[in-house]
Amino acid sequence: MSLLAIDSLELRHGLLEAVRGVSLEVAEGEVVALVGANGAGKTTLLRGIAGAHRPAAGRIAFDGEDVTRTPAFKRVALGIALVPEGRRLFANLTVEENLQVAIQRSRPGRWTVDSVLEAFSMLKPLRRQRAATLSGGEQQATAIGRALITNPRLLLLDEVSLGLAPVAVEAVYASLRSVIAEGVTVLLVDQDFTRAAGVANRVVCMLEGRFVLEGKGSELTREQITEAYFGLGRTGVGA
Amino acid sequence: MTWVNDVIQGILLGGYYGIIACGLALMFGVMRIINLAHGDIAVLGAYLMYLLLEHWNTSPFIALLPVLPVMVLLGYFLQRLILQRSLRSGMLTPLLATFGLSIVIQNVLEQSFGPNVDSLGGQAGSIVTSAWQINSEISISALGALIFATAIVIYGALQLFLSRTAAGRRMRAAAEDPDTAELVGIDSRAVYARATAIAVGIATLGGLALALRTTFSPYSGPDQLIFAFEAVVIGGLGSSLWGALLGGIVLGIAQTIGAQINPEWSILAGHIVFLIVLISPRGGLLTLRSGRGMRRRALARGGAT
Repeated sequence: MSLLAIDSLELRHGLLEAVRGVSLEVAEGEVVALVGANGAGKTTLLRGIAGAHRPAAGRIAFDGEDVTRTPAFKRVALGIALVPEGRRLFANLTVEENLQVAIQRSRPGRWTVDSVLEAFSMLKPLRRQRAATLSGGEQQATAIGRALITNPRLLLLDEVSLGLAPVAVEAVYASLRSVIAEGVTVLLVDQDFTRAAGVANRVVCMLEGRFVLEGKGSELTREQITEAYFGLGRTGVGA
Repeated sequence: MTWVNDVIQGILLGGYYGIIACGLALMFGVMRIINLAHGDIAVLGAYLMYLLLEHWNTSPFIALLPVLPVMVLLGYFLQRLILQRSLRSGMLTPLLATFGLSIVIQNVLEQSFGPNVDSLGGQAGSIVTSAWQINSEISISALGALIFATAIVIYGALQLFLSRTAAGRRMRAAAEDPDTAELVGIDSRAVYARATAIAVGIATLGGLALALRTTFSPYSGPDQLIFAFEAVVIGGLGSSLWGALLGGIVLGIAQTIGAQINPEWSILAGHIVFLIVLISPRGGLLTLRSGRGMRRRALARGGAT
């Protein structure tokens, strides 16, 4: 049985249909990369899965349980964690406090404040600093740590490399690979297709709120992706 | 020497304003709700103690013990049942809701207790009348000192709660970004209800302070709200916890010095200081640092598909 099952999900921003009836199944332990142009609905879809965006229609099931109407904070307790786009740290809280606030509904597991600081060793000397004073890479590490500390079964990562220096991107992906190695199911969004496909078992391409291409990262050609990404030759693409 | 005495009396008076302002600042800081019923809630607390003392011959300080938990619960449900719903439809609705609540409280109090002024000072014993005479010009009233000390304890306790406890950290997180707070497992609504409960509890202490130092009537609330509001704005609009106490002290000193110049100018002098701070470029004594923080937060919130 799949860990995450989305059925004809529709998400709206007012009149704008950001996600138009998509269905997706993600098996336990799978790593799925979601790619697509700006405005394709990737962030909205992740926020919908995390519970931050109420669906207009459709159904989300997590581990067999219908969570379509479950508020975001309760989904955290079930094992869904989102690393939001733009990090969204609590700027006036310290690094340590940013991690501590996520503990309340965390599931039992190997991630604690100490083990996160151990894994992201660059944060150790910064633990008492306000999050606002950190560099982009350090903020991203804190944001990932804040999600990990809830010991999620499904980790949703939104644009983890956006706005980071290449070295920082490298560090973020290195830590990501070690998290994936531990068997966490991951759904990640990244503009950098090569990098995302590098860690993913499966790539799903989104265009204007729909899935337009799906396949193993290694099997998809660059041309296929480019076509789906920009919506070229729409007739040839099966939606 | 009279001036020294004025400043001392102003600081002590500022302690009272600080207590009244604390809950207002907390609710504004955490939920961006301006609670227009804040003063009336303080007066409601005073009347509950008055009601107890009518039937039970004891000190107002003892009457506070059962009234405080009742008011805290009232605050909790006020948020859960009224304010939380109104928050869904933007900034303006909670303002209207608390405005309506203010009128309801005033009218209920007048229906129940009549329009006359009352005081709890008479039942409080010697604390209300005793004072330390420092010299011929300066004397410090025991009640003023007690109220000021209470203000320090309230602000200190709140500071400790916000910085040292898990619930306090969650409150700061939810205040900064409720959407993200939910995503890390924080129930923002529960946090909000707790914040309102604390604010109403502190307002009750303010109500007791009011009832001891002077008289109150069902319509005393709005005046207390104005002083509290002025203290919060002078202190930097909820951006810093201690700012509201500092603002209260500035307001208190302005009023006592104004009264020294001409007794009719007391309240006016406070309003003038408030207006000067309001039109000054910084717009508050402690806003500079967190003003930047708020802009950064606004930036961080933008841009998501």
